[in-house]
Amino acid sequence: MAQIATAAAPLLKIRKLHKSYGANEVLKGISLDIHEGEVVSIIGASGSGKSTFLRCLNLMETPTSGFMDFERFAFDYEQGARRQPTPQQLCALRARIGMVFQSYNLWPHMTVLENVIEAPIQVRRMPRRQAVAEAEALLQRIGLYEKRHAYPSKLSGGQQQRVAIVRALAMAPKVMLFDEVTSALDPELVGEVLALIGSLAAEGMTMLLVTHEMAFARDVGTRTLFFDGGVIAEDGPPDDIIGAPRSERLRQFLRRVLHQPAALGETA
Amino acid sequence: MSVAALQDWWLTLSDEVVTYGPGFVSATLVVLGVTVASILVSWVCGLLGALGKRSSFAPVRALASFYVWFIRGTPTLVQVFIVYFGMPQIGVKLSPITAGIIALGVSSGAYVAETIRAGLAAIPRGQVESALALGMNPRIMMVRIVLPQVFRMILPALTNEAISAVKNTSLLSTITVVELTLYAQLMIATTFRPFDFYIAAALIYLGLTSILSQLSAFFERRYARLS
Ligand SMILES: Nc1ncnc2c1ncn2[C@@H]1O[C@H](COP(=O)(O)OP(=O)(O)OP(=O)(O)O)[C@@H](O)[C@H]1O
Ligand SMILES: [Mg+2]
Repeated sequence: MAQIATAAAPLLKIRKLHKSYGANEVLKGISLDIHEGEVVSIIGASGSGKSTFLRCLNLMETPTSGFMDFERFAFDYEQGARRQPTPQQLCALRARIGMVFQSYNLWPHMTVLENVIEAPIQVRRMPRRQAVAEAEALLQRIGLYEKRHAYPSKLSGGQQQRVAIVRALAMAPKVMLFDEVTSALDPELVGEVLALIGSLAAEGMTMLLVTHEMAFARDVGTRTLFFDGGVIAEDGPPDDIIGAPRSERLRQFLRRVLHQPAALGETA
Repeated sequence: MSVAALQDWWLTLSDEVVTYGPGFVSATLVVLGVTVASILVSWVCGLLGALGKRSSFAPVRALASFYVWFIRGTPTLVQVFIVYFGMPQIGVKLSPITAGIIALGVSSGAYVAETIRAGLAAIPRGQVESALALGMNPRIMMVRIVLPQVFRMILPALTNEAISAVKNTSLLSTITVVELTLYAQLMIATTFRPFDFYIAAALIYLGLTSILSQLSAFFERRYARLS
């Protein structure tokens, strides 16, 4: 499955991406091609730069240097380079790349439906009627249509996170980024969120997801990246990376994560 | 008290209401008008002050800080005098009521600015990030996502400020605006009955501020239900 698109031009091209916070270099030269339909899981120890990498992809963080190519956007953060995004390009790029966070971040003063239609109306300039129709169809799909007039505080964590995913999908993004979207959930609510992400993957949505759910990464992912100290230490099919780790660092990391969730998993 | 005395008291009271009622009504309308206008001015000043303090442009930050610092550190009465008596000296002559509205509004605006600033700081970073990640520009994010939440959060504080605004209109009695306090003073000058007239004025102030408190409680219940 992973090979289908590899002959075509990549959807997302990253070259020599660096990101520093002051003297602390978090990303130390990431180069990567993402093709349409790839489901890339990103694993790695805390502090290895996984979130920072995702946040650089939709420019929530400004890279210190590097090159990035996505659809009609080509940005170059090399020192003195002039191809940095304008504020308008920043918004346009983010509208094409959906991002979902660990803390669902639904807007508490809006109902579920209002949360979902807000960006299509304000950013895509979609007529309200159409935005509502599309939002209702999305909410039907995740079984939360009945809750469309409820406020987020009345929903469970798993429901809130699924609404957050649908809110991003309502922008019809080309790529979805998920940053540990199940980490804040009670174990019994993890499944419904993973099921939704799995169904998006099955539809061919291109996505990058930071996750500690190794079983999910193997089942749904087409490719796994192991981040270590701000570089991609291993890159390959999930079965190779997770099933047959080559480096000692990765073996250590897997031993740690595979043992903790196993203990947790027994309660679920 | 005998029935005759009670009747007598009632007749006098109704007489007085007929005599002084219209004056109290128009003085109360002045209080209401000045309050509403100065609150609107204070919200504009407060929003500009709060956003100014967060500006990335240092001179704007400095200006906003100076504004809040100056207003909070000086008596409101002196601020009223500066606008009404002081400004003409530099060529800006305002009617008493306009000067009063500007002075009270700008003054209250500094307190509103601090309230809004605290409200902005209390909005979780994730609220802003999720808006930006969907491609909203900073203006839409502010208007649609951040400020509505800030407004709900600070509504009780804003109501307290509105109650102060009602009471502070009495300061304008010193610059010839015939609001409640000055009206009472004028009537006392001819009737020599300070107790009656100040108590009457006080009761009207109390009525207005109590309505605001009720309104605040209503909003708090309403928004508590919504989120
Ligand atoms: N805004 C920031 N300012 C300064 N340092 C930061 C900032 N964001 C992240 N860092 C630092 O960058 C490093 C990598 O952080 P990042 O969040 O990308 O790691 P991660 O791989 O996502 O870890 P985790 O699994 O804990 O989420 C950390 O050392 C962190 O302290
Ligand atoms: Mg992270």
